[in-house]
Amino acid sequence: MPFFEDMEIGQRREVGSFTFTADAIKAFAAQFDPQRFHLDEEAGRQSLFGGLAASGWHVGSVCMKLLVADGQHQAREAAARGEPVAVWGPSPGFRELRWIRPVLAGDTISFASEIESLRVSEKRPQWGIVQARHSGTNQRGEAVYSLQATAFVPRRNAHS
Amino acid sequence: MTLSFEDFSPGRFGTFGPRHVTREEVLAFAAEYDPQPMHLDEEAASRSMLGGLSASGWHLCSIMMRMMFDGFIGRTASLGSPGVNELRWLAPLRPGDDITLDVDIAEARVSKSRPQTGIVTLRGVARNAAGQQLCEMISPVIVKRRADVASGQAG
Repeated sequence: MPFFEDMEIGQRREVGSFTFTADAIKAFAAQFDPQRFHLDEEAGRQSLFGGLAASGWHVGSVCMKLLVADGQHQAREAAARGEPVAVWGPSPGFRELRWIRPVLAGDTISFASEIESLRVSEKRPQWGIVQARHSGTNQRGEAVYSLQATAFVPRRNAHS
Repeated sequence: MTLSFEDFSPGRFGTFGPRHVTREEVLAFAAEYDPQPMHLDEEAASRSMLGGLSASGWHLCSIMMRMMFDGFIGRTASLGSPGVNELRWLAPLRPGDDITLDVDIAEARVSKSRPQTGIVTLRGVARNAAGQQLCEMISPVIVKRRADVASGQAG
């Protein structure tokens, strides 16, 4: 994963795509969000979503999964080049999460992340605070998901 | 009885839980959706900013969703949610802890574009067994109005 110093405002990464099968949608919903339009095709068709729709928390969790996988891929590349590897810190939260369009069974969503702001933490000067816009687009090119995330990212020369 | 828009008015709505969170489910969710060392590896987690193993924030969100479903969404004429205005992870959720969820109604208004529905903005605060705030979430939910009320005004 990159260090704070490697980041620039406007940098954008495509972090991968994921196909939401009916089985995966129902499995997540059964555990965390068993509203009928997330569990049953017919109930989904009759809902505002117009089909079996993934829980929004499933969409957000899959975006996280792909962001972590992409970060770990970058970390392995850095390690292979003999460079130090950044271990990301936690996130204090997010804003403006929008489930713009439903994610329906069979949809393939491609996720991307674009850096919007960068600052050094005042309380923890060995850390940078990054704001990034995460977004998801379906196979028809329609935006389905967006959020503004915040995370702690380590600074390169501030090992403590 | 199904809850409609008219059943949500600003102020305290309810407290839900407690919901016990096991170590096994913390590790299982993290392995699937958020395999960072601070969520999976005791030793790495102890060296992280969180100072010990903690659940993925997305796991906590998903548990809060389930607690709201069990508490009231499951018997509400809910049409889904357009998003989350703001969400703050305030303290780590540790394996073995018990979550309690306080829900307030921040705002309830009739939808302009779909006058048979209303938009109920929920503020949920999850706490651990010690009472420490773990997460605050502010999120609108679209809820059907009672047919008699909605038709009276829309007609």
